Amino acid sequence: MIPAKFDYERPSSLSEAISLLSSGGPDARPIAGGHSLLPLMRLRLSRPTLLVDIGGLSDLRYVREDGDHLAIGALATHDDLARSAELLDRCALIPCVAEQIGDPQVRHRGTIGGSVAHADPASDLPAALMVLDAEIIAHGSNGPRTVLATDFFQGPFMSALEPDEILTEIRVPARDGWGSSYQKFQRRAQDWAIVGVTALIESGDGITGAAIGLTNMGGTPLRATAVEQALVGSSDPDGVAAAAAKVAEIGTPPADENASSEYRLHLAEVLIKRAVAEALS
Amino acid sequence: MATAEKFVGGGVPRKEDPKLVTGQATFVESITLPDMLHVAVARSPFGSAQINNVDLSAARTAPGVVATFSGEDLADEWAAGLPMAWPVTEDIRIPDHWPVTKDVARYVGDAVAVVVATSPSAAKDAVELIEVDYEVQTAVVDIPSALADDAPRVHESMESNECYTWTHANGDIDAAFAKADIVITENYVQPRLIPSAMEPRAVVVQPVPAAGDFTVWSTTQIPHVAKVLFSLTLGIPEAQMRVIAPDVGGGFGSKLNVYAEEVLCIALARRLGKPMKWVADRSEGYLATIHGRDQLQEIELAATSDGTILGYRVKLLANMGAYLQLVAPGVPLLGGFLYCGTYGGEAYHFECTGVFTNTTPVDAYRGAGRPEATYAIERAIEALALEVGVDAVEIRKRNFLPAGENVPSPAGLAFDSTNYEENLDKALEVLDYEATKAEQADRLSQGSTKLLGIGFSTYVEMCGLAPSQVLASLNYGAGGWDAATVRMLPTGQAEVVTGSSPHGQGHVTSWSQIAADALGIDYQDVTVLHGDTHVAPHGMNTYGSRSLSVAGVAVNQACNRVVDKAKTLAAHVLEVSPDDLEFEDGKFSVKGVPDRVQSIQEMAYAAWTAHNLPEGTEPGLEAHCVFDPPNFTFPFGSHVCVVEVDTETGAVELLRYVAVDDCGTIINPVIVEGQVHGGIVQGVAAALFEEATYAEDGTLETSSMINYLVPSAAEFPSFELDRTVTPSTSNPMGVKGIGEAGTIGSTPAVINAIVNALGHLGITDIAMPAKPERVWQAIQDANGDAS
Repeated sequence: MIPAKFDYERPSSLSEAISLLSSGGPDARPIAGGHSLLPLMRLRLSRPTLLVDIGGLSDLRYVREDGDHLAIGALATHDDLARSAELLDRCALIPCVAEQIGDPQVRHRGTIGGSVAHADPASDLPAALMVLDAEIIAHGSNGPRTVLATDFFQGPFMSALEPDEILTEIRVPARDGWGSSYQKFQRRAQDWAIVGVTALIESGDGITGAAIGLTNMGGTPLRATAVEQALVGSSDPDGVAAAAAKVAEIGTPPADENASSEYRLHLAEVLIKRAVAEALS
Repeated sequence: MATAEKFVGGGVPRKEDPKLVTGQATFVESITLPDMLHVAVARSPFGSAQINNVDLSAARTAPGVVATFSGEDLADEWAAGLPMAWPVTEDIRIPDHWPVTKDVARYVGDAVAVVVATSPSAAKDAVELIEVDYEVQTAVVDIPSALADDAPRVHESMESNECYTWTHANGDIDAAFAKADIVITENYVQPRLIPSAMEPRAVVVQPVPAAGDFTVWSTTQIPHVAKVLFSLTLGIPEAQMRVIAPDVGGGFGSKLNVYAEEVLCIALARRLGKPMKWVADRSEGYLATIHGRDQLQEIELAATSDGTILGYRVKLLANMGAYLQLVAPGVPLLGGFLYCGTYGGEAYHFECTGVFTNTTPVDAYRGAGRPEATYAIERAIEALALEVGVDAVEIRKRNFLPAGENVPSPAGLAFDSTNYEENLDKALEVLDYEATKAEQADRLSQGSTKLLGIGFSTYVEMCGLAPSQVLASLNYGAGGWDAATVRMLPTGQAEVVTGSSPHGQGHVTSWSQIAADALGIDYQDVTVLHGDTHVAPHGMNTYGSRSLSVAGVAVNQACNRVVDKAKTLAAHVLEVSPDDLEFEDGKFSVKGVPDRVQSIQEMAYAAWTAHNLPEGTEPGLEAHCVFDPPNFTFPFGSHVCVVEVDTETGAVELLRYVAVDDCGTIINPVIVEGQVHGGIVQGVAAALFEEATYAEDGTLETSSMINYLVPSAAEFPSFELDRTVTPSTSNPMGVKGIGEAGTIGSTPAVINAIVNALGHLGITDIAMPAKPERVWQAIQDANGDAS
């Protein structure tokens, strides 16, 4: 488990980090908690020539309210998210997802910025950002820019980030009064989701708003839009079940050693029903 | 020699733990020597390939590289190939097995070249620069394809991929089947498993070129056996070889071997005159450390109409992998006597064929043959129960061997101690079987999607290897004895030197308890020395749940001899006959005159000064004992598992796990429970999580812990443990092994529970591991059949 040779820099400011990345070429990579990149490096599946360790940029570690939004710094750890009073109060979906990531060790080292930038379709947080219509802010040599979560994830381990850009902040709208659930199906507690379903439900007389995210059902996190549309207006388990069945409209999900496409689709349908039920409870 | 047992049976804290939990242990990886060089191995990425050329030129000139070698370059280093010590039949096919292969790579991971460099990273980087010209051939990775008529041969010099066929019979099997009312025929697959000891393998070798001596630190379970075999493989006189197993972080059989990297580091140290070090990482270990299981089983039961079993007929195919590692052919034999489990019958017939494939070699993994055997009989007896129409408990009780001592088994063994029905009844009581069945029925009738299943396994195992003469009859290449030396130090403490080499079992604590009670001293006053062939020259080491019932008994007997000698010294000092003395709590007192006393500590000092010894008595207070038991030990137990099957997803959750084990006399209940806990987890892992799989081309798909699913504590409920105590007749302490019992008992209990949960759908089997999709698919298929 010895990585290939690489250089290492630990900048003390964001601008220094960006200039190190842009001068480091295409194989320079930022690193924070290291919980996605280091395992790949140790297996020599990833061979960055320069690591720019942004772990010292402590002003990127925060969760704060900003009017009707919540702003999350890229270096907030999963554990920070799981315990954040602001999030628990106004956007409970994020802590609900964050507390199911990996194990306590992973949650104390891994960061939201790293997890999102890594764009692993099996990661837990990206689908939550999709259903929250999050905005992702990145800083590069040309200054900051904002990318919608729906545009950010472009394929397995591929994002809209340019090589010299650093993800700095994630902004999610407050969802006061919305119910939320994350149904993660895995074989061991610390595994990636075989399938994950993120639900954000607003209800009054029946379901009045619904956002359903899917983890590990495609090359990127997905929104189950047909399910969402069918959920709105439904008020009983049969209606929810009929809506959940529309998950098939996403097409054929991937197959791997844990699940065939058919089984994955079936799991998604079951988990959508469970997620909606929990979000409504 | 009766003395009060103050420490034996008590849960004293493990002496090993303070240094382990504070990072003060010495593992092989933490050993650094002056001028030490680092070894990295280039391995074949192909399951089967001709090696046309190995180009080392780029690697040789890479930064930090000291030397590079191909298999051909090292050919003169070996006095013999890697050893295999269990040729089970006369006509067994034994392939050449060189530490670095010369012209053919036979599995993904087969060593093809080696780099020696000044740092581990330089060595690893240089390995990537080695260019091997491979001519890729068709690989055979599973038993059926290896046995096909036109199968490519793993070893081109052999006529087929069959390694050996071994049979064992007892009684008239044809007669038993001829008169049977019921014949049950079941086929099971034992998936390939990867032992995942916490500490990966490593080796450090220090040569003393001027003297021709070598010291080898290795992550091994068998320093004594390895010393002999290193010597034979390398042509180095045994007396110049010292092997040390320092703190070793788990083995489960995977370190019961002589590996290429061990002899390679010795050869390189000899060749270059410098200390060598090799450390496996996890994925390299998964390729280059033995795997376990991988068998295809057919078991037939002949029974009367009421379910009384008359005979057992078993045909087994066992994957050996590409080469024969140390005891690989014998592993199925260890199960070959146990396909009758805890049950009676008049006849038994077992046949096993070993098969070569282009895969990592398979060898002993915790339980070694016995988990496979137990699985087959404990699953088959459930099939018999279904056929007869009786409950899982009732079918077992109808067939249990009677309680007793030295009870003959259908396979022809004598079980030292049996008490199966009482043991099962205790498990039923802990479980509250009736209440659990009632809840199961309630959930089913309410149409719940979370169904309960109750699964049983009543196992017996054969361990504590054991009588050297029996091992000789199985053509095993070593004895079954073990040795202990006990010496009193002049200041009143005791040193226990043991031939068994621990790697997590807690020998130091248990041996201290045994010695403290036998010598009448405090257990903190006992030091246990082990794992260094210069310190403990005699031993047969640690595997097959043998340490306590062989080496631990030797400790006890050596202590008794020390006490005997101390008694003669005390009698001399007290000017009485030894017969007039009684010994209790470390004190020799004259019968009826309790104030005339000498302590064993005083006798230790007297023996050291030697100022006043009886005529003809040698100075020193020390005794040596070698114990060779008359029989194996046969621990047994009842494991009951309650699972919840989510019929919507196929997910299986363990709700309860009850284990009532019987390992005879217990030295340390906390250590016993730890062994049972770990054993259950490893057995359940086989049922639900772990499976090593190969792609058709020979690539190990499960090459890391990302997809080889070793479960964690989060996947388990708290276990409910209890015990019965039926002393063994195989040793004077009445002890039986407990290291493998949990693994042997648990796997079928889990699968039986899943099948039990889904029995109403007509489901009678689920292949291991019972992963969610497999269970869900079985439910879909059953529902499809029903509609």
